Amino acid sequence: MREPLIYEISSPGRAGVNLPECDVPATPLPKEYLREDLPLPEVSEVDLVRHYVRLSQLNYAVDTGFYPLGSCTMKYNPKVNEEAAKLPGFVQTHPYQPPDTIQGNLFLMYQLQEFLKEISGFASVSLQPAAGAHGELAGVLMIRAYHESRGDHKRTRMLIPDSAHGTNPASTTMAGYETVKISSDARGNVDLEELRAHCDDTVAGLMLTNPNTLGLFDEHVQEIARLVHECGGLLYGDGANLNAIMGIVKPAALGFDVMHFNLHKTFSTPHGGGGPGAGPVGANEVLAPFLPGPIVVKERVEEEPASDEEWEEEEMYYYHWQMPPSSIGRLKAFYGNFAVCIKAYTYIRMLGAAGLREVSENAVLNANYLLSRLKGVYPLPYNRTCMHEFVLSGRLPDAPDVHTIDIAKRLMDFGFHPPTIYFPLIVPEALMIEPTETESKETLDAFADALIQIAQEAKTNPELLHSAPHLAPVARLDEVLAARQPVLQCLK
Amino acid sequence: MSYIPNTDADRAVMLKAIGVKNMDGLFRDVPEALRYPELKLPPPVSEMEALRELREISEYNVDLEHAPCFLGAGAYRHFVPSVVGHVIGRSEFYTAYTPYQPEISQGTLQSIFEYQSMICALTGMDVANASHYDGATALAEAVLMAVSVSRGKRRKVVLSAGVHPEYRAVVHTYTQGMALTIVGEGADPLATEVLADMIDADTACVIVQNPNFLGYLEDPAALRTLADAAHSKGALFVVSADPISLGLFSPPADYGADIVCGEGQALGGGLNFGGPYLGFFACKQQYVHKMAGRIVGQTVDRHGQRGFVLTLSAREQHIRREKATSNICSNEALMALAAAVYLAAMGKTGLRKVAELCYHKAHYAAQRLSALPGYQLLSQKPFFKEFALRCPRPVDEINEYLLDEWGIIGGYDLGKDYPGLANTMLICVTEMNTKEEIDLLVEALAPDYFPRADEEGAPDMEEAA
Ligand SMILES: Cc1ncc(COP(=O)(O)O)c(C=O)c1O
Repeated sequence: MREPLIYEISSPGRAGVNLPECDVPATPLPKEYLREDLPLPEVSEVDLVRHYVRLSQLNYAVDTGFYPLGSCTMKYNPKVNEEAAKLPGFVQTHPYQPPDTIQGNLFLMYQLQEFLKEISGFASVSLQPAAGAHGELAGVLMIRAYHESRGDHKRTRMLIPDSAHGTNPASTTMAGYETVKISSDARGNVDLEELRAHCDDTVAGLMLTNPNTLGLFDEHVQEIARLVHECGGLLYGDGANLNAIMGIVKPAALGFDVMHFNLHKTFSTPHGGGGPGAGPVGANEVLAPFLPGPIVVKERVEEEPASDEEWEEEEMYYYHWQMPPSSIGRLKAFYGNFAVCIKAYTYIRMLGAAGLREVSENAVLNANYLLSRLKGVYPLPYNRTCMHEFVLSGRLPDAPDVHTIDIAKRLMDFGFHPPTIYFPLIVPEALMIEPTETESKETLDAFADALIQIAQEAKTNPELLHSAPHLAPVARLDEVLAARQPVLQCLK
Repeated sequence: MSYIPNTDADRAVMLKAIGVKNMDGLFRDVPEALRYPELKLPPPVSEMEALRELREISEYNVDLEHAPCFLGAGAYRHFVPSVVGHVIGRSEFYTAYTPYQPEISQGTLQSIFEYQSMICALTGMDVANASHYDGATALAEAVLMAVSVSRGKRRKVVLSAGVHPEYRAVVHTYTQGMALTIVGEGADPLATEVLADMIDADTACVIVQNPNFLGYLEDPAALRTLADAAHSKGALFVVSADPISLGLFSPPADYGADIVCGEGQALGGGLNFGGPYLGFFACKQQYVHKMAGRIVGQTVDRHGQRGFVLTLSAREQHIRREKATSNICSNEALMALAAAVYLAAMGKTGLRKVAELCYHKAHYAAQRLSALPGYQLLSQKPFFKEFALRCPRPVDEINEYLLDEWGIIGGYDLGKDYPGLANTMLICVTEMNTKEEIDLLVEALAPDYFPRADEEGAPDMEEAA
């Protein structure tokens, strides 16, 4: 199934848009400033639409099937979220409009800040960061700014467990810190001995994902927090896995000082084929002054209402921007991925506290159920009750030639998106499975059946796996060739 | 409603299969004293109520469908053809994630490959990535990349004051842990040529914006001279560009850019109160291994058929961790898709026409406004769709009057960012502004309606100048 490139369906003189005539007198153009050629395609509207609709049909997506991509929380994205974010009263607002004219937007952002504070237990939240990694950068810069503000300049090392996502060490480097890797112990927790050995007055902090990327709740999280704090460091929380613990425990109560949220994971905003997301960051009293900004604050309106009518609660306040007093600064232009915030706000409003807890309970239930069906079939490196996800190994004892990549590709033939593979790095041939709460038992069973059959095929007919996928729009793609002879655009 | 299909009966069967009595059995690792905190959130609402609530909130805003608007300054109201919303509204696109599994993600991958091609077409560069969060972070990443191209040896950045003030702020935020020296921001934003003297052997890059924040176009010949000055000292030349302007004006490759980045929101993205937007990023081939973010490349499948994959990932955080070129993981893929659909719909002639409409309308507005007593253009330099207008009164006063009396959202107050530009308004006019709207603005500011400052005893700008 090959769809031509948009440039291959281009023909001179075609156009896909109908623009108005100019209604003002023309002004001469500055000749020496003009470009000669503009090599964009020329296509008609119908060809354009068919091209993109056909391309869309080559995609696997949450709306077409089960997408248990570990660490990514590919839950169903409620359609009401999309409708809310499309309201013209939101879409057609400019970020530099006077605050009086955007009280609705500011109210919504303020409320979302409050909701996230309540869910996490933090004192303050900034909606600036555009994604999880962006929130991490914010958090590490805040930790840095905190130490600097106290004249404590020798702290240059960030401790990061070996199970951590790659963005943690990458964010650390960007903030000017050195990464120190901490091993995991036999139960998948942070190795406390090793942590103790590293805790000294050069430690800026520790970046902890909890539950971690093995899907395990660290059994010593409070002890970890104590050790890090005792040596003067701060505890960063990678909130990618918040879907496991809403209403179960507040991260701030566990000892985290600062944490990012992923609205595109936990709060059901769609992943967009790679983005946009949103990565708000929350902080306790100590770090709140360093948050990126601006953030929304409210003030009580002094005057009484002019009319006799009762005021709506919202009308009693005036919302406006404020930069936190020792802010690390702006992380992007304007204020954050506002349209994504609308979707998360809608989701939280529809679920409420009980609904959010139900989400986490069922996410954890689904993961443990799936695990119960698969743990006899695939090696399970850490045999514990998991949280919202779990990690198996694709290293099947009686199929030595078969690799996780083969299992993943074969899953496509059964109509499933493969799990996250080869991550976390500490599990050889990792298969990281996150079913989420929005999947039914029937779906989980069908997926388990497929993985069980594939394990069988791995023994009896490994070639079937090596040559998979057989039923995808294209056969297995040569990634080595792509990197060796890069073709990154079609014009040159 | 939590969008959960499990019934109580399902849950009972599943708990049994797991071997725990109840839900609580799944959370034994969570410290008991902290388990199940109360969350004080408003009681949940139905879908119908939620939509009503959201609509009501949105109606506390003055939206631009109901108010003529002359604000730009990095966020632009351009026409979005209907096809854009329909394509990005297909849930095969918007409910997928990063195309880690290429065989079932060819839709996303090919559309990004085409996007990369079109960004190269616009900028004249060799390669482009799949997107950054926005124009500001794309620029900050350009700085990190330039430093990295020098293997961390060059520690100075020459940053034009004509770059968007918030972009410059983001560059400072991103680099605060790096001990870089950033110079140039104190200079006259309209005198780009002075930057040449600041370049030395320690300079990693020189950054300009074109058109600059005040709307003015830089002379390509002058930029070529600046690029040569940078290159002669071994520094990179970085240009932050308005992609709509590139429908008409020289691609930055023509005047020597090594990296071209910018805000792609204008390409089919709505205003959305500032986000999500689209950072586009392109560079010369020789620097591709230092570029941040996802890149899509062409390859073949087992049967020799063309296909697309994420490639050159040895730059990225999931492979290189602390040695990665950047920490970026999720990006703005859907906005890149919107930009691709927009550019394909506009095509060669459409984008040029949009740029021309902006140009002519902005010049019409500039000519009429500057003819009013007390108003004058800051500079006679050529401009694109924005221009700086000296006004007889503080900008916020004028804007308040325009909004209250005429329902018009006025321009951006340049005095907030440039101390020398008090009483100077940045006015943006795009193809969306009709002649009637422009005439209305002129009428509103005419002395009959809006008394000049001198009539109220304040100094007259024109006479003072
Ligand atoms: C554990 C973890 N941390 C951080 C991130 C980065 O988040 P984002 O992609 O939103 O930048 C991810 C994303 O997949 C993740 O799984």
